[in-house]
Amino acid sequence: MFKKFNIKEDIATRSLVKSSVQRNIRSKILDQYNKLETVIDEVLPKKSSLYLVKCHEHINLLTVNNEILFFQHFDGLYYPTLRLLHKYPDAFPKVQVDKGAIKKILSGANIMCPGLTSKGARMNEDLPANTIVGVFAEGKEHALAIGLTKMSTEDIKNINKDIGVENIHYLNDPLWKSNIET
Amino acid sequence: MSEQDISTPIPAVSVSIAKQVIYCGVCSLPPEYCEYGATLNKCKEWLREKHSDLFDNLYSQTNLESDMINLSLEKKPANDAEDKKKAKEAAKIEREMQKKMASKITITRIARNKRKSVTNVCGLQNFDIDLKKAAKSFASKFACGSSVVKNNQGNDEIVIQGDVSDDLYDYILETWPDVPEDNIELVEEKKSKK
Repeated sequence: MFKKFNIKEDIATRSLVKSSVQRNIRSKILDQYNKLETVIDEVLPKKSSLYLVKCHEHINLLTVNNEILFFQHFDGLYYPTLRLLHKYPDAFPKVQVDKGAIKKILSGANIMCPGLTSKGARMNEDLPANTIVGVFAEGKEHALAIGLTKMSTEDIKNINKDIGVENIHYLNDPLWKSNIET
Repeated sequence: MSEQDISTPIPAVSVSIAKQVIYCGVCSLPPEYCEYGATLNKCKEWLREKHSDLFDNLYSQTNLESDMINLSLEKKPANDAEDKKKAKEAAKIEREMQKKMASKITITRIARNKRKSVTNVCGLQNFDIDLKKAAKSFASKFACGSSVVKNNQGNDEIVIQGDVSDDLYDYILETWPDVPEDNIELVEEKKSKK
């Protein structure tokens, strides 16, 4: 999604979110990631000024203190950014890929099923299709990408072919590099 | 027994504390991913300086391993292509740096009327300076109008109302320390058409 993205040129508008809307967003995020509930005050402090940054191609970013926390395509799900995922790795569902896949993911490739089912890979939780997952790697501590499952984990194991997880946001992509300033 | 069973808490996944993550100062990735970037050597140096414990953790073993690999690599030229690609990327980054060092900022005073003039700055964007913000800061610093204008080559430049060229020279050096002094050029006066 962010292969061609330039934070300087792609910002359309930037606006302070009304507190009522902020509450709304908050509850939506909590619906999506119920494990975040204990830390939501840390992630989105009630008093903080939440900015909604609308970008081209229908991408919306949510920022607090000039830090991008979540992003969204159209009106869809809220994705955490990698920096947020690094801070709260346990709040989001995880999958793990084997070592060979790291390089390809870091250049933006989608994750094929064999990369998720081989020896170094792991899928501990049973996840349905279209879930947002943090992608971790064999032998590494931190996540390297955020993905969207294209099939359920069950199917990934059984079919073991084609794209298992779509790569949405990965380390060193333009979104990772961009920082928002006021 | 049964009592104990009940009292043993379910291993709750604790989400409560934000993890502190160290990011590499060179390539901005978590250090364990530095090896996939183009600037591994620089990243290593940086990590050794800033977080030596982490460095030892990451590279002490892998160093040996990579040495081994290097040894075997010499025998196997098949993997050379990858090395070459990496070297190319590193060279590209180097070149960009050089280009940055070579690029100039020119400050020009342009006479507008008999006693009035404007100051024109171009080349700031080569140093990753946000022109819009720079213009704003100039405006407040020199208490005058300042705006980003496209010149006839299609490049953005900043036009400041009033002659502030000398002050501007100092101000630029002060605010953006990574701009080398030699790269700023003061053009005293551009003769306007008669």
